[in-house]
Amino acid sequence: MTETDDYEHYEAVVVGCGPGGAAAAAALANNDVETLVLERGVDAGSKNVSGGLVYAEESSPYTIDDLFPDFREEATERPTTENYIHNVAGDQVASFDISSLHHHDSEWSDAVLRRKMDSWLAERVHEMTRETGGGLLTEVRVNGLLRENGEIVGVTTSELDPIKADLVVAADGVNSELARDAGLMDWEDPDEWFQGVKAVVEMDPEDINERFGIEEGEGHAHLFSGDLFDGVRGGGFLYTNEDSLSIGTVFHLDSLTEEEAEPHELLDNLLTHPLLAQWLGDDYEELEYSAKLVPDSKKAAHPSPHQDRLVLVGDAAGQMQAQGPIIKGMNHAVTAGALAAEAFVDAKARNDPHAAGDLYEQKLRDEGVMEKLRPRSYRTLGKLAEADPISKVTDAVADSAIGRAGVNLLGPGILERLFSSPRMMAVMPDTRTPYVTIPTIIAEELGERVDADNTVEPPELDDRIGDLTYDVGDPHIELVDNSFEASGTAVTACPVSAKDFGGGCYRDEHVKTNGSEEHLVSLDTQPCVECGTCAVVADTHWEHPDGGKGVEYKQG
Amino acid sequence: MRTVVLTKGVPDFREGQVSFDEDGHLERGKTPTVMNPNDKQALRAAFQTKVRHGGTVSLMSMGPPGYKEVLEEGMRDVYADDLYLFSDREMGAADTWATAMTIATGIEHLGEEPDLIVAGFKTADGETGHTGPQTNWCFDINENLADRPLITHVIAMDVDEEAGTVRAKRLVEGDVSEIETVEADLPAFVVTDGEFESSYRTASQRLTYKDLREETQARADDIDLEEDVTVWNHEDLNLDPDFIGLDGSPTIVSGVDPIPKAPSEREAQVVEPGDEEGMNDVLEAVTPYAGGD
Repeated sequence: MTETDDYEHYEAVVVGCGPGGAAAAAALANNDVETLVLERGVDAGSKNVSGGLVYAEESSPYTIDDLFPDFREEATERPTTENYIHNVAGDQVASFDISSLHHHDSEWSDAVLRRKMDSWLAERVHEMTRETGGGLLTEVRVNGLLRENGEIVGVTTSELDPIKADLVVAADGVNSELARDAGLMDWEDPDEWFQGVKAVVEMDPEDINERFGIEEGEGHAHLFSGDLFDGVRGGGFLYTNEDSLSIGTVFHLDSLTEEEAEPHELLDNLLTHPLLAQWLGDDYEELEYSAKLVPDSKKAAHPSPHQDRLVLVGDAAGQMQAQGPIIKGMNHAVTAGALAAEAFVDAKARNDPHAAGDLYEQKLRDEGVMEKLRPRSYRTLGKLAEADPISKVTDAVADSAIGRAGVNLLGPGILERLFSSPRMMAVMPDTRTPYVTIPTIIAEELGERVDADNTVEPPELDDRIGDLTYDVGDPHIELVDNSFEASGTAVTACPVSAKDFGGGCYRDEHVKTNGSEEHLVSLDTQPCVECGTCAVVADTHWEHPDGGKGVEYKQG
Repeated sequence: MRTVVLTKGVPDFREGQVSFDEDGHLERGKTPTVMNPNDKQALRAAFQTKVRHGGTVSLMSMGPPGYKEVLEEGMRDVYADDLYLFSDREMGAADTWATAMTIATGIEHLGEEPDLIVAGFKTADGETGHTGPQTNWCFDINENLADRPLITHVIAMDVDEEAGTVRAKRLVEGDVSEIETVEADLPAFVVTDGEFESSYRTASQRLTYKDLREETQARADDIDLEEDVTVWNHEDLNLDPDFIGLDGSPTIVSGVDPIPKAPSEREAQVVEPGDEEGMNDVLEAVTPYAGGD
């Protein structure tokens, strides 16, 4: 048995300094808890990607600017002052203003770029936690849980000796190695995940103001659905930053894999659509291509995200709410992080610090976080609509004369109100009907033709990879089964791989052996953007690269 | 723990920085002076001792007044609590022996015997590797400081304050390179190898490292080179001009041969893009190498 008595000890170790980890650390430090924060990137935010809008919900007990007072002034881009959803069928587009859905329960929401946001948070976190005797360290990858007599007592890392703690906050993101080590989360079912890809596009602030008809201190959020994504379930988004645009797509991972779609091509479908010509102009300059997995909290949020001294917060716990077309993750991570800290402080006051997990679970329930993440209404109505025979009938009816008549009968006003209803959006089933069929019909029946010449030529995948910054370490993903049958899906689903592209992570190969031919998959982790898609869709042994290694996002 | 680190300013030999004239002579005026890269390893070893055990790191050099910037570079890029420069005309044109004598006397002049003296393995310009070990030798000659063990080619080290010892790994190169672990009593003289690597395996060490790095950078940003570098001349050190500088240097340079330029191994042939036949030849020539074969 390993002797653990000599190991360093901190009251709390927070793994990851995204919004969840930062909130936990700040709330712990505010309560004088000695807190060590370990971040694997060269800088907080260098491993993080969001769409990204960050929300402050009126109903939430904690918002990010409660914990970090100058947050909006220092760390965000533009506030979203107008919101639209565009239903697209070919070049027919029906646009609805969904600002009321967006503003529902929302104190404010701002566009963010994660490198800027998280690195600013990390500086504050370091200052705050250093006061407690802890602090923040970058380039340290926590790679597992330290156990004593089978019980979690701390963490192990690639760079440091093991560290013991009374509380371990796993805020290590969507591909949390700690959640997996504890057996709390798995990477098995593609239908529990979305995959997002994004392009950050450089644009002069004055061009943004002119092209969107806004002024300084104002911003737009646009969502896109319909037939522009080859039938894959999901949608697109466009947000205005200070001097760039974030344009991306988010798809159900199971739909991406079923359709064998190439994520970067679906993104290009959006970028080159005539509707975007008015905003992109003819000087398209892509700053960064990025990707991430997004847990679907309706299915993946762990109802009891803790074990021994370990608590999971944010993406690591699947706390990512898809409310119809609006995705809320960072705000829930902040609330969860702060509630985990609160739970530890309460538990410590009762002289039972190791009861923090149970208290955290209770707080998530009492504060209404779990209900937002796994709404009861979805569990009944949404799930029912997803049952295969029902979804097929619904889809067929929507696309029939009756469905089309219905759309016309309702008209744009009522449809806009329906799209703006949080209740409707919460029960939206994960089928083709709401993502593809209905938006397409709406566009066909009510839309107007967009007659614009979109001149954007998105970069090829090898240029997108070539523009990213990497510090290549040892291979961090191992292909366990390299047969095409087991792992071939990764060739298309991986956002930095594609059929007939030799420079990506995954390639399929036909290898001739003694009279027969085998269809195999090969892997090169060098271009990996660490999204975790292949961990779900292929048979791999998946780990993060060591501290400071791998991709380094400059925008995020 | 008091640690003294020795450094020298050398021409910046990195591509794009260094200038040579037509005869292949170094143009000192056009080439910036930087801290000898190997000495940064020495300073890193001293900094590691500071992070782990506290104390003071003094960075020291002998040379013209412009070397104050070299000391500042050490403070900014690695760490230093205080900076010392031994400088005047009498010290000029010294060989390694006269330099060692000056530095040894300067260290004695500190008034507090250092627990550790660390030098880097040879300078990028002189390449002798003599000055460090000779400085230690001069202590014995002067007999002002205690005889101290010399450990060279150090790639990893740590001190045990309680036991009053330093433990080091040495890279011993031969037909087969070996790593030797040695232990010596403090005070000791250490020469780091170019392969020296700092190691910080605990979070508290890394946090202290981060604090001290921020602190030393802030000090370097605010530095007043006139005020903040202690400059001693030969009179301050009570050194006889006959034993330092050019007069105190037994080395006689009989001549300097420029290093001939290495002949190019490749022959280039220019093909204009408009020259169709020439381009076809190029295509034929490169085709066999296409596809990564």
